[in-house]
Amino acid sequence: MVITGLGICAPNGVGLRDFTKSLKEGLTGISFHQELQDLNFGCQVAGKPQLTPEYINKYFTSLQLRGLNASGLVYGVIAGTDAWTDAGLSKAEEDEPDWDSGIIFGTGILGVDKFRESIHLVDEGNTRRLGSTSVIQTMASGISAYLGGILGSGNQVTTNSSACTTGTEGVIMAYDRIRSGKAKRILTGSCSDSGPYVWGGFDAMRILPRNYNDSPAKASKPLSASASGFVPGSGAGALVLESLESALDRGAKIYAEVLGGAVNSGGQRGGGSMTAPNSLSVQRCIKMALENSEIESKDIEAINGHLTATGKDPVEVLNWSLALERSGADFPYLNSFKGIMGHGLAAAGSMECVAAVLQFKEGQIFGNPNIEDLHPEIEQLVHKSRIPSKTINFRPQTIAKASFGFGDVNACVIFKIFKD
Amino acid sequence: MEKENHYQQLKGIVKPYLPQDVTVDDICPDSHFINELNINSANLVDIVLDVEDAFDITLENDDMDQMQTVNDALDIIDKKRSLK
Repeated sequence: MVITGLGICAPNGVGLRDFTKSLKEGLTGISFHQELQDLNFGCQVAGKPQLTPEYINKYFTSLQLRGLNASGLVYGVIAGTDAWTDAGLSKAEEDEPDWDSGIIFGTGILGVDKFRESIHLVDEGNTRRLGSTSVIQTMASGISAYLGGILGSGNQVTTNSSACTTGTEGVIMAYDRIRSGKAKRILTGSCSDSGPYVWGGFDAMRILPRNYNDSPAKASKPLSASASGFVPGSGAGALVLESLESALDRGAKIYAEVLGGAVNSGGQRGGGSMTAPNSLSVQRCIKMALENSEIESKDIEAINGHLTATGKDPVEVLNWSLALERSGADFPYLNSFKGIMGHGLAAAGSMECVAAVLQFKEGQIFGNPNIEDLHPEIEQLVHKSRIPSKTINFRPQTIAKASFGFGDVNACVIFKIFKD
Repeated sequence: MEKENHYQQLKGIVKPYLPQDVTVDDICPDSHFINELNINSANLVDIVLDVEDAFDITLENDDMDQMQTVNDALDIIDKKRSLK
């Protein structure tokens, strides 16, 4: 199973070129948002893809643009169609769908701004003025439905949702479906709306940093002693997963192999809760991913963690260390992209999978630019040299990527460099 | 004259909702929105809202049910405007 296409619409870069440049050079996508200050948010910095109306126009018909007010949908359509094009695939003919291609494109909640607009109209007794698109912009599966229509996909077209695990889970769901022979290729990814109505709940939970409104680039500090919460983000990432046979038949370019993966849940037991992971289940998920991929712990050369920049980062690193039975200078290279991307919530897993896979192509481990004070508990587990602050030249053979989400849910996927 | 103006205005409203294989020149007074112009029935809802905005009128459910062709729409617009 291989990855033949990538698409990205992220705070730190829209399109693969800008995104890769940001990751290589540690350029931040996090900025101050006046809107959040006006609304008295504690955290007024966030990650939001920078898009002009002209850019958006390239992806939507004028009819689709009428009344369009669903940012996650916009990000998802951009990343999804870009990944399809990047894979060298075309849209299905007018008369018949492409029966072999499916879509598994997740989200947490879609079209929040459109929903707000609708709620106001309904409350004013003006339901009849909603128009025909309030449903398709706000149903969770609106994103897979839109992409399905644009591409003409005739296989399974669905939306998964598992909080911050969504994007990584989608890769594993796509892998399973292709593996079972039910599809030749799946466009998988995830998207998340931006804006105060999505981010507000997290601000209220006091898990976002409040002391960096004047210095947004410094706000997100995964793995640091001074980490004070995650920076809310948004965007979309997309990957085309394809059977090796289909990819070779098409003569497609291949970014990486997907060796396998695992999903599980800690059941909100044994220290796990709605918002915190059960460590044993995290370790189990990582071990199951290795087993499913038929590789050993020693084969992992790089890890892209979930690592959001809350106080839980040391616990995550401990879980990796225990699951892999590796530590110190023997620990794989470790990075978190949230330092420059923020936490893309439902979009995080897919945006980070795209970034993780790009490391094969670039022959690099992208740096962790915001670590100034590595957390002492982490330094006890992992030698500093394994957590580069700047991008280093090293082409990993195998990368493990994990995401963890509210509801005590976990996903871990294993990517491998592709050799003919 | 006013009717002709309304007709041209209505064509402009309908235009963005036409599928790719139908052009604005295909619109004639007795065109049926769904059967002849191939307009998606969901989009007919949006055309009604655009008509309301353009002509400053409100269409009731009955009016919407009766609005099958371009001429039906023009008649309803005339009727509503004369009541204003």
